[in-house]
Amino acid sequence: MHVSLRGISKSFGPVHVLQDVDFNILGGEIHALMGENGAGKSTLMKILSGVYRADKGEIVIDGQATPITSTQDAERLGIAIIHQELNLIPQLSVMENLFLGREPRRFGVIDSKAMRTAARTYLQALGADRIDPEAEAGLLSIGQQQMVEIAKALALNAKVLVMDEPTAALTDREIETLFGIMQQLKAQGVAIVYVSHRMEEIFRICDKISVLRDGHFVGERVIAQTSFDEVVKLMVGRELGDRFPKRDATPGAVRLVVKDLADAGNISKINFEVRAGEVLGVAGLMGAGRSEILKTLFGINPRTAGTVTLDGQPLHIRDAVAAIAHGLAFVTEDRKGQGLVLGMSVRENATLVHLNRYAHLGVVSSKAETTAVAKLIEQLRIRTRDAELDVKSLSGGNQQKVVFAKWLALPPKVLLLDEPTRGVDVGGKAEIYHIINQLAAAGVAIVMVSSELPEVLAMSDRILVMHQGHQAGIFDAKDATQETIMTAATGGQTAAFTADAPPVENVTA
Amino acid sequence: MTPQQKATLQKLGPFIALLLVATGLAIMSPDFLTVGNLLTVMRQVSINALIAFGMTLVILLGGIDLSVGSILGLSAISSASLMAAGFNPVFATAAGVVAGAAMGLFNGLVISKGKVAPFIATLATMTVLRGLCMVFSHGSPIAGFSSDFFSMLGGGYVAGLIPVPVVGMLVMFAVFWFVLKKTVFGRHVYAVGGNEESARLSGVKVDRIKLWVYTLSGAMSALAGVVLTSRLNSAQPNAGAGYELDAIAAVVLGGTSLTGGRGWIFGTLVGALLIGVLNNGLNLLEVSSFYQQVIKGAVILLAVLIDRGNKK
Repeated sequence: MHVSLRGISKSFGPVHVLQDVDFNILGGEIHALMGENGAGKSTLMKILSGVYRADKGEIVIDGQATPITSTQDAERLGIAIIHQELNLIPQLSVMENLFLGREPRRFGVIDSKAMRTAARTYLQALGADRIDPEAEAGLLSIGQQQMVEIAKALALNAKVLVMDEPTAALTDREIETLFGIMQQLKAQGVAIVYVSHRMEEIFRICDKISVLRDGHFVGERVIAQTSFDEVVKLMVGRELGDRFPKRDATPGAVRLVVKDLADAGNISKINFEVRAGEVLGVAGLMGAGRSEILKTLFGINPRTAGTVTLDGQPLHIRDAVAAIAHGLAFVTEDRKGQGLVLGMSVRENATLVHLNRYAHLGVVSSKAETTAVAKLIEQLRIRTRDAELDVKSLSGGNQQKVVFAKWLALPPKVLLLDEPTRGVDVGGKAEIYHIINQLAAAGVAIVMVSSELPEVLAMSDRILVMHQGHQAGIFDAKDATQETIMTAATGGQTAAFTADAPPVENVTA
Repeated sequence: MTPQQKATLQKLGPFIALLLVATGLAIMSPDFLTVGNLLTVMRQVSINALIAFGMTLVILLGGIDLSVGSILGLSAISSASLMAAGFNPVFATAAGVVAGAAMGLFNGLVISKGKVAPFIATLATMTVLRGLCMVFSHGSPIAGFSSDFFSMLGGGYVAGLIPVPVVGMLVMFAVFWFVLKKTVFGRHVYAVGGNEESARLSGVKVDRIKLWVYTLSGAMSALAGVVLTSRLNSAQPNAGAGYELDAIAAVVLGGTSLTGGRGWIFGTLVGALLIGVLNNGLNLLEVSSFYQQVIKGAVILLAVLIDRGNKK
């Protein structure tokens, strides 16, 4: 099957989201679609799947102009889309989800037996035999839920499969499984459109890449014949310079000392210290207890053992209020669920932590608040037309900068970062790295959890690696490589440089 | 039209609806647009508006308070009993309001510390408090008190023209507007309602906010009880029954989202006025009380549907 989108234009009111965009998809090919947030990727995919209609342009399938005017049209033509936020109904079983709306029937009632058999076949085809067709969908892991979505697409006999950031919430092992399935589907002649920000993955799995910038199509490349730098240049329209800006702060005195930290079952015996101006990266597989370290330090999860000292003072933090009072700041992993109040404006989000500072006897001075917000917007280069706009109208990178703005004005002594660049495009990432470096230069002690190894390696001074709730070692970033970290994270033996670990007692006979 | 203009127009939707209904009634009934009648409407509205102001805060938090009618009833019975027993009317009135606040505080404790869903918690207190109304009053009205001060609260006039409850309503409107718009507390109410988790992690004392909001809702219900008791010169054991629905209707008509985080107090005032004007107008037009309910419900449904349509 050859799907060709030609000269597609689409506007929402005065905003031209897409202008004269071409996009070609071939069966048996994995085609990456890249572009910064707001470049028009999702709009293009929504036109392909019949959610929106193009203002101009046509969709040609195997040489035939084929209008797609509804999602039903797309479904009939074999075009399936798997959204980043999975669309399963959590309370229904796997098989009920697979056949939702087209349940096999017998004498007018649902034929559960046929449904179970068919569900098993589709799941087996994906090598996902371990998923029970009768399990409640909401109880499956994110990776398994994604498998169910893919099975659903197969059940619909999909010829074109659009995957939007499919690996964002997957563990490394689940990503491997997913890539295996993608290769298998490709061999069967399915065309896969892979929308992602993760450059490493695209270069590993995709055959071609198309890049959008500001609603324009800027080029298609064969992966084997292009480079990382070229793709980035296509995307941002300029040389980005260093992907990770350099920092030349030298760490100062020890600020945060963590000894034998444990919580109720996720982590235990965590030992590290962070100096002023130092970035301690935290690496590990998903579920290894990385975020739990941050949550325990910030008082969200109760600490069951160990001590935490900040600038020589022992800390006893039971909730966020106490954490903030001691100068701790926490940029959470889930920006929408825990970082921002989406329905509030940029201004209201930016001052949520330190609103009292602009108030007298509980009454906020709009002037003081507006001035402070304007300063933060400029300092962090938050791109918004107006501080009164809802924060949800901003791009991912700018939303994340608003989260930083919340904490920056404290100012924090210790900054806890959990996946600070998740869902942020390349340009936005560089700016957030820049902010992190500035904070470090100002003497903040930073602990940064990240799943992106290049990011951890480039941004950290030292790297703590977690493995199944325990500390596998602390590495000097200068000596560490992706391999040494992955080995430690998966439980392999390494000659770890464990500067902060308690000294091993010499056994003398 | 810019998105901001559109948003403003949308926010004024309830106000436009109120003007339309009022214009229609003015054309159909010559008695509607008289100073006397309009002040009567306002006085009737004041009881619902007082409750609805407190309810607005509760709904902004993403909660609901079904117990407002029962709180009104029990606090009214408390004040009336104290007065009938010979206590000073000012003291008795204050005691009723404090009692209402305490009942609200109890709701807040159950909801924030006990982690019970607001609907369930206040459904339970609604029933318990109404039961207590019957217990304390032995099922019959409490009357037999006479006090100029207390009669003035519901039936008096300021400057010989504007009813005292109307002045009270407008003062409370101004206070709530100021609190929501200008204070740290108000901002935190919106933040907790918009995203409780984000608010908590940003150092907002979520539990304390909830306690205050439900306490305020209780106190406002008790104030409404004062007005009602003063007007009737007696406290009925079933006073306020069903008032929670009118209050919720006023808040929702005013454009406040039941999911929390979005809304404003001006909308609630307009919503309460819309309900009041409808009641009054239908009476003037001599529509049977059976049909009045049908029309009122239909108008609420229509207004909310239009609001939904706009938001798409």
